Amino acid sequence: MDRCPAAIKNISAINASPAMFERSELLLLVGGPAGSGVFATGTIAAKSLVYHGYNVFATNEYPSLIRGGHQWFLVAARWNEAALAHRKALDVVLALDSRTAELYASKLKEEGFVVCDKKVASSLSNFNRVVSLPLSQLVSEVGAPPVAVNVAGLAALFGMLGGSLEQLQAAIRSYYRGREKLAELNVKVAEVGYAAGSKLSDRVATKLKCVPRGRRLLIDGNSAVALGLLAGGLSFFAAYPITPASPILHLLAEVQREAGITVIQAECELAAINMAIGAAFAGARAAVATSGPGFSLMVESLGEAAMTETPIVVVNVQRAGPSTGLPTHTAQGDLRFAIHASHGEFPRVVLAPGDPVEAYELACEALNIAWKYQVPVILLSDKFLGESYWTIEKLPEVRPEEGAVVRGSGAPGYVRYKITDSGVSPMALPGTEGVRVYANSNEHDEQGIVTTDPVVVKAMQDKRWRKMVALREEAERRGVKVYGEGGVALLVWGSLKTIAMEALKDLNDVRLVQLIWLEPFPAKALREAVGNRRLLVAENNARGQLASLVREHMLREPDAVLLKYDGRHLEPEEVIEFVRANAR
Amino acid sequence: MARAFDTGVKPQWCPGCGNYGVLAAVRAALTDLGFRREDVVAVAGIGCHGRMTEYLDVNAFHAIHGRAVPVAEGVKLSNPKLTVLVHTGDGDAYAIGLSHLLHAARRNVGVKVIVHNNMIYALTTGQAGPTTPRGVRTRSTPHGNLEEPFNPLLLLLTSGATFVARGFSDDVQHLKELIKRAISHKGFAVIDVIQPCVTFYDVRQLVKERAYKLEDESHDSRDFKAALEKSLETERVPLGVIYEVVKPTFEELVLSREHPPPALRDLKVKQPLGKLLSRFE
Repeated sequence: MDRCPAAIKNISAINASPAMFERSELLLLVGGPAGSGVFATGTIAAKSLVYHGYNVFATNEYPSLIRGGHQWFLVAARWNEAALAHRKALDVVLALDSRTAELYASKLKEEGFVVCDKKVASSLSNFNRVVSLPLSQLVSEVGAPPVAVNVAGLAALFGMLGGSLEQLQAAIRSYYRGREKLAELNVKVAEVGYAAGSKLSDRVATKLKCVPRGRRLLIDGNSAVALGLLAGGLSFFAAYPITPASPILHLLAEVQREAGITVIQAECELAAINMAIGAAFAGARAAVATSGPGFSLMVESLGEAAMTETPIVVVNVQRAGPSTGLPTHTAQGDLRFAIHASHGEFPRVVLAPGDPVEAYELACEALNIAWKYQVPVILLSDKFLGESYWTIEKLPEVRPEEGAVVRGSGAPGYVRYKITDSGVSPMALPGTEGVRVYANSNEHDEQGIVTTDPVVVKAMQDKRWRKMVALREEAERRGVKVYGEGGVALLVWGSLKTIAMEALKDLNDVRLVQLIWLEPFPAKALREAVGNRRLLVAENNARGQLASLVREHMLREPDAVLLKYDGRHLEPEEVIEFVRANAR
Repeated sequence: MARAFDTGVKPQWCPGCGNYGVLAAVRAALTDLGFRREDVVAVAGIGCHGRMTEYLDVNAFHAIHGRAVPVAEGVKLSNPKLTVLVHTGDGDAYAIGLSHLLHAARRNVGVKVIVHNNMIYALTTGQAGPTTPRGVRTRSTPHGNLEEPFNPLLLLLTSGATFVARGFSDDVQHLKELIKRAISHKGFAVIDVIQPCVTFYDVRQLVKERAYKLEDESHDSRDFKAALEKSLETERVPLGVIYEVVKPTFEELVLSREHPPPALRDLKVKQPLGKLLSRFE
């Protein structure tokens, strides 16, 4: 007996037309308690939609818990246009518990519906548009554990939507790569789930298309950073586990043998960055990755890298602070901190990618810049960029550049901190014949010997700061990107790029300006990009840190600033509303 | 003839400072073992010992307070051909940087740690440290130290250190031999060098009266339980190798023909990214 006749009737009523339409968009939310397979389901859904030929964007939200709580994984698939970010209205909610159905039913589009197991449906009251299926029963019939209702539910949905079972099963096999038994069990679950869903296929008029487009990637920002570091010649990586940066450690640890790189889990972030500094001093291309709390711990050593002129890259995947803050939620609150972190004054570079392609490019570039100028480079990502997924055609061509490194044997009279016009001193590696390499965190002379001589102290400080001349040119040349044309300039940095690009689709007369280099600040390039347009700034922090940089470097008050600091990224709808309200 | 491993910079420690003895012992050990300055990296922390890198003519990194050990681990893991010495003090190694020392020990990274243990913060003009005995009056404990001191030997033994020794800065010849054994040991080695501070906590006479050499009392340095017992002695001060055992080093577990030392990696060899990308397809 069907427990939800009203619901089914309702769906039939909405989709009464016998005509079939091709689905240009699907916005699917999978939700449930931690441990119920929300991530697996979401990732499989996202992958299989890519295999169908859709452009996919996916993101998620989870608590700092291993079991219980509530988490969701959202998949936005589009056929014709790029999927950059999701909109608010959902097509389908796959509810692995009743709480999910209750939380998101109101966010459904008019023709949207909830898919769930009969057991879940039985505890719901007053819900229209619920499609309940005997998922638990199907799962137990094929001998799979109860948790497999997630895949059964997804497969049923694909059945209803007329999707390809083959592509769904391919995604399952890809997700469970290396765990063949689990893969095959889920493939079987998908088959029965799909069959059950297919019986209800006449209730949904808009069907999934399936025209595979060949090799494309579905990649998250964290993985893109890891791959970019590898492309940049990374040979040593140290990290201490921290959300949301750990996936970088996980991927590099997984591929360390294939890639021939040394990956070490340090006892704390202080150890991680100091190992990286030691490794780079020895000649390894070294990087560390962390989030705000870990970055705070690394700060003294950032100055150590700068003073010893040791090239290192620090990836900070920002999360909402202060303190422990919201460990699993996003923010752009570390911008000013990254620019100023550590005592004393020294040149540094702060870069902020806005999507996985830029994350890949800039991670490689970060290593190149660190080695070219012998400065610390901070790559600012965040939870939203790090743990969301985008479909890309391919990664761009990048390559490592070594910089002024002396290997083999050194010239007589070599000194590590030779005063040069560029400020960059040739860096011999320990072991180089005929050379003593002495790096010193104390102020030092050209040889590296401790000094307090005011003339030498000033000369060394001036030498280090001379690097800023060329760095500023690099920032001006590459630090600003512009999209679209219009009388209003919308300025963003970091992960808000994709949100703003999505918003741009609904806006006229707007030029989107994205800052890639935050330090040194590309003031001239930004002034040119903005011109005399109205200047609107949007960012994910409480105090308007980019806006404050605009005041400092452009001597201009932004015409309006949109801030969001509740642990969630700005939504395209919020950006659209903000721009429209402040366009003139 | 110029002195071996001498940068030519004139050492500046207090007259009678134990650091002179440690410097002499290290230079002699490196000479005896036939090293060239290119073969060695010394990493120093912050404290009176920190000036070692000014005077010892080998490659060097003078790190910030407490972090000499992880810097040294990074060097060793990136180029294991280098002999990596760590000069650190009791404040550096047993207080602010304690965790690094113990983790390097259990990891068995082949760095050779020489702890200049003067049982006081000397460079900051005399405050109590983690090895200052109870009751000692210092500038930070004017009414007597209220805290129990660490037993560094016991701490290191129970942390998995594969070579633990104790030396005395006044016995340069003996210390030299300990340093040679530490360098020759495969893996992590630590020598707690009692190096009395003549200005702020001068216990030279007391140490001389109580010290004895383990090699004179048929101590079996391969016997862990015997080592534990030696580390617990309080009336007498054992000098020599307390414990040594051969275990795989971290670097030998990581590196292989396919995985060359990170510092020696050829940047022209491109990463097989194409293969790595299949997981994102």
